[in-house]
Amino acid sequence: MQLNISIAPEIIFYIKSFPVTNSLIWSVFISGFLILITLIIRFSLKMVPGRLQNCAEILVEESFNFVRSVTGDEERAKKIFPLFCTLFIFILAANLFTFIPGQAAINIKSQAGTISIFRAVMADYGTVLVLTIISVIIIQVAAIMTHGPLGYIGKFLNFQSPLKFFLGLMDIVGEMAKVLSLSFRLFGNIFAGEVLGMVMLSLFPFIAPLPFMFLGVLTAIVQAFVFATLTLVFITLASEIEEDELVEQASI
Amino acid sequence: METAALKALAAGLAIGLGALGPAIGEGLIASKAMEAIGRNPEASVKITPVMFVTMAITESTGIYALVIALIILFS
Repeated sequence: MQLNISIAPEIIFYIKSFPVTNSLIWSVFISGFLILITLIIRFSLKMVPGRLQNCAEILVEESFNFVRSVTGDEERAKKIFPLFCTLFIFILAANLFTFIPGQAAINIKSQAGTISIFRAVMADYGTVLVLTIISVIIIQVAAIMTHGPLGYIGKFLNFQSPLKFFLGLMDIVGEMAKVLSLSFRLFGNIFAGEVLGMVMLSLFPFIAPLPFMFLGVLTAIVQAFVFATLTLVFITLASEIEEDELVEQASI
Repeated sequence: METAALKALAAGLAIGLGALGPAIGEGLIASKAMEAIGRNPEASVKITPVMFVTMAITESTGIYALVIALIILFS
């Protein structure tokens, strides 16, 4: 049984020395598709919405309500909402495009063998890692903006007592772990879905893969939601001033 | 033992042991959610999405084990 599974995305061609992989082509394609849809909706806005505009309005309105219910504050919700919604829509589109029938059959032949032009974008660890790094940096920026640079460093290096010093060190580890946990969760789920589908197809190609495909659709939606929601929750937590800090500020 | 056999064994052990914890955790989440829906069926609209999200978070340790297993197998 020969399965064509690789963790790294396949390189299709080079621009100078820059390798263009199949997942890069697809992420550019998906971005273009989303931008096109957005522009179409943007320039055909009407007072009485059509079908497409209705869908977009429901999506934006419901997700804004969700963001507001998590942050509990209209102003902060307005700041965080664009990031949340972009992450959600991009990851959702990237995951759901995997289920377009027939795309896996489009191949090209090269020196390395047959390469599928399509690859699930989130099954490329590079893309996921970049998305995660963006959201983790924004989490840190939110923390710095609420606590101030000194307060931010003071959270990690606390010399008041040995216990607090140790907890501060653990916080540093926790911030590092966010990168790994966020990115592995998304990458692992989508990549595992791809591998599972491939294995099932090779074992029994007719009805057996169907329940796994259904599970894959569920995972695609839930993971997009989870990634965006966790980013949202982390930012909210980072931009909240804790109670004892309020007391400290009041005493100063 | 040769390397290939060891690799297969390691991957099997990694995902097998790693799946234990999340399985128990997800079972607990599902049972509690069912209990809650049973007590208050009107709240099921609110409970179900939260249940899915917490399940996806609980699942992540299992997914880490899976990623490790896949890395052992395919690289």
